[in-house]
Order: sequence, then structure tokens, then C-alpha cells
Amino acid sequence: MKRFIRESTAIVQVELLKLVRDPTEVISRAVQPVLWLVVFGQVLAQVRGIHTGQLSYLAFITPGILAQSVLFSAIFYGIGIIWERDLGVVHKLLASPARRISLVFGKALAAGFRGAIQAVVIYLIALLMHVSLRLDPLSIFAVLAAVMLGSGIFATFSLVIACIVKTRERFMGIGQLLTMPMFFASNAIYPLDIMPEWLRVIAQVNPLTYLIDALRGLMITGGETVHGYGVDFAVMLAVFGGLLFVAVRLYPTLAE
Amino acid sequence: MTTNETDGFAIVTAELTRRFGTLTAVDHIKLQVSYGEIFGLLGANGAGKSTLIKMLTTLLPPTSGAAEVGGFDIIRSPDRVRRRIGYVSQLLSADGALTGFENLRLSAKLYDIPKREMGARIDNALEFMGLVDSADKLVRTYSGGMIRRLELAQAMLHRPAILFLDEPTIGLDPVARRTVWDRLLDLRRDYGMTVLITTHDMEEAEELCDSLAILHRGQVSIVGKPDDLRAGLGEDATMDDVFVHYAGGSIQDSGTFREVAQTRRTAHRLG
Repeated sequence: MKRFIRESTAIVQVELLKLVRDPTEVISRAVQPVLWLVVFGQVLAQVRGIHTGQLSYLAFITPGILAQSVLFSAIFYGIGIIWERDLGVVHKLLASPARRISLVFGKALAAGFRGAIQAVVIYLIALLMHVSLRLDPLSIFAVLAAVMLGSGIFATFSLVIACIVKTRERFMGIGQLLTMPMFFASNAIYPLDIMPEWLRVIAQVNPLTYLIDALRGLMITGGETVHGYGVDFAVMLAVFGGLLFVAVRLYPTLAE
Repeated sequence: MTTNETDGFAIVTAELTRRFGTLTAVDHIKLQVSYGEIFGLLGANGAGKSTLIKMLTTLLPPTSGAAEVGGFDIIRSPDRVRRRIGYVSQLLSADGALTGFENLRLSAKLYDIPKREMGARIDNALEFMGLVDSADKLVRTYSGGMIRRLELAQAMLHRPAILFLDEPTIGLDPVARRTVWDRLLDLRRDYGMTVLITTHDMEEAEELCDSLAILHRGQVSIVGKPDDLRAGLGEDATMDDVFVHYAGGSIQDSGTFREVAQTRRTAHRLG
């Protein structure tokens, strides 16, 4: 366990150092949620066409936009992995005695920290827009845990895709193909109960739905979880465990 | 493999084979490399050098055959093999977004160097490779020769018994190349490391290698000491003659697009 922690944190340390030295990505990733909340959220709030219970539409979509930001940021993590492969960094890591699970988990954890930064940005935007947020320490801690878990899921999923497609060009195509359908087939911008049946079925197997469900209850004053926090976190942990299992087996093929 | 076959050898392979679909990249290779030796693997692009080195460093599973590195089986005990080896790939694996010190610290953690020894080992490696003054600079500001020396420093940090170097001087100018050679000879002298090096450079092979093997289409064409190989072809034979004679007779149109692209990219990054 000590070895696993040391190896994983070594990977996280490297990723965070790079992020601190070049925060361009964090800044550019903040633009999209601003547009969704300030433009899309405010306009749709005027329409009042989507029934969101006791929450305002802006409050309803804030957790969805955070989850979207997490998804979009993490799903392109694989590009970096392919880049590392082309540079020979992956070969160096895999020729070391570090356990494969530590290397993959370290990448997922680093993505989690990036997600946590996105959460801070969206909290600030939401506060500026007078969204009523739960600001007690326990809620904030739980939101960060959910965001980090969600980031870990999508970053590991991205790593699996990178291991299969192995080139940046193919990855970009698949990444684009996955992100928007995953976002629209979730409860990010409309509730599950107004979806057509076929879309609701897809949404129920989409891990993004469970991340948003947990965030909606934890983040927004008066927000509720449909599935319950236990189910939300259990589904996310199970998906993360499954993806980690696959990624650990596929990651070494990048050096072949 | 029997104990007699592996005794006293740093690397032993037996009928080691790797196929990619219908292509046999490494074809029943049998090699023995003694401890403390600098052993060269030569061959044209696509001859199987990098595939062989990837199998020996546990990055690629063989299709058939066996190999032991540092006394451990590459298939049954890959983790033990990895603890006994250092590896510098043909690609530039040092992270340009980190400083030299940070690159070394990452290696120290991945190779399980105890915290109390880490600082001294990193300082020693930096000094050994002549990088003390550049330790806190980002690697992207290093020259090609400095990057290669940093990679050697990373590979030697955990005092491996065997170093695998895949074309370590490709793209370097003569001065930088000479510095890398000197450091390799120092590593052997000071730490008794066994070195397996792949190269296209006949001067490098002659200058560094105690023994070498020339590969052709995945098979070993010849194994021997550079002097003996030259003498075998005639009084005035050069290493270039040896290479042309045993590596297929002519410059082939071999090497995949990816291999050529990687080589060019590495050379480009080295400036």
C-alpha cells in the first residue's frame, strides 16, 4: 500500500507541477461553463419551458455544467497519454518497476485535481450569478469528492480509448463523438422524467447522470438526489473500479 | 533455460521470437551477454533491434522463446527484471516541462529509492553527468547532449546491473556524442554496469563495444568482437564493411513509417 501511494503521488506531483507552470488549460476550460451558465442558463430560465421543481433553472443546471466541465476536461486526457507515448515517457514509466495500477491511478487522481479546480471556478461563477449554493464544509468536501471521482472515471475511460486507438487523430474523432452524446443523454440540462423512454434508458447507464445527481443534492440549496447518494457513489465507484481494471491491462500495450 | 546456460551472463536469450501478424520481427534469437560487457546490437532499420530491446526490458511480450535478464525470467518475473535494469529509449523520454532535478526525483520515486538516500543519489547522478548547474532549469531549455545525459542519469539512479540504450546518440553532434560515450565508459568503470546498446553508428560500435551482434531480418547474422569481425573480412576491412557484409549487403528500404518518423522526431528534438 505504501508503495502504491508513493508511486501514485509521484505521478500526481508531476502532473500538478505542469499544471501550475502552464495554467492555460484551466483558464481556457473556464470559458465554456461561463457561456453555458451566463448565456444558455439565463435564456432558458426566461422560457420556463422545463419543469425543475422548486429549483430555478439556473440552479438546476449548475451541477450539470460542473459535470460537463469535468467530462470535457477529463475525456481528452487520453490525448496527453498518446503524446507521452510518442515522446517515450510511457516507455520510461513502463520499464520502471512501478506498478501499472499506480501509474494509471496516479493519472486518474491528477485528473481529479484538475476537476476540483474546475469546481472552484464554477462555484465562483454560480455565486456571482446568485445561485443559492450549499457552502457548509461537509457539502463542499462531498462535492469535491464526487468531482474527483467523476474526473477519475472519465480520465480512465479516456486512457482506455487512447490505448485502443493509439493515434491523436483517431482519438480526437472519437473524443468528439462521445462527449456531446454523453452530455445530452444525461440529466445535466433537463430532468430524467421529461426524457423520452429510450433516452431515459441510456441516461440510466450513463455515469455522468449519477455524478450530476449527487452534485445536485450536495451543491444546491434545496437540491435533491433522485437515486440517493449511496447509489450515486456506489455506481461511480463501481464504474471507476471496472475502468481501472481494464486500463491497467491496456496501458502496457502503449509501449509495444 | 538451464542454470548452466544463464550462469555468469547478464542477458541470455533462447530462441526468442516476436511476430506481428505475418511479420517475424525477431526470429529465434540466441544471445549471451556477459556481466560488465558493453554489447552492441547493430542492424539496418527494421532488423529487429528495437523489438529485441523492448522484449528484454519487459515492454513487449515475446511470441515464443525465453530470456533471462540479470538472472530473472522476463516473462515470469518482469518486476524483478525491471528492478535490475535501466532503460533509455530511442525517443526523448525526459519531460521537458520539468526541471532536471524533478525528472530525477520522479525516477527515484518510481524505482523505490529510500527517501534518506534520494538527495545524495540525485546529487551524485547530476555530478556524474555534469548537470549540476542545470539541475533547476526546465529540460526544454537543455541541449540534445544534456537531455541524453539526463536520461542516462535517470537510468543509473537506482544502480542497475544492466543498462539498455536504444540508439542513445542519434541526432547528437560529435562533441555531445563523445561526452555520452565517455559517461558510458565511466559507468562501466565505476559501477561495473553491463550495457546493451543499439546503434547504426559504426564508429560508436568500434569505440564502445566489447562485443556486438549484427541483426538481419530478425536473425543474428554474426556475433563477435569488433576487431575479430573486421579481421574476418580482410586486412583493410572497416566496420562499415562489416556492417554492409552482415546487415544485408545494401541499404534496405526497411523500417516502418512509424520507426522512421520516431527517429526523425528524436533527431529534430535534439536540435
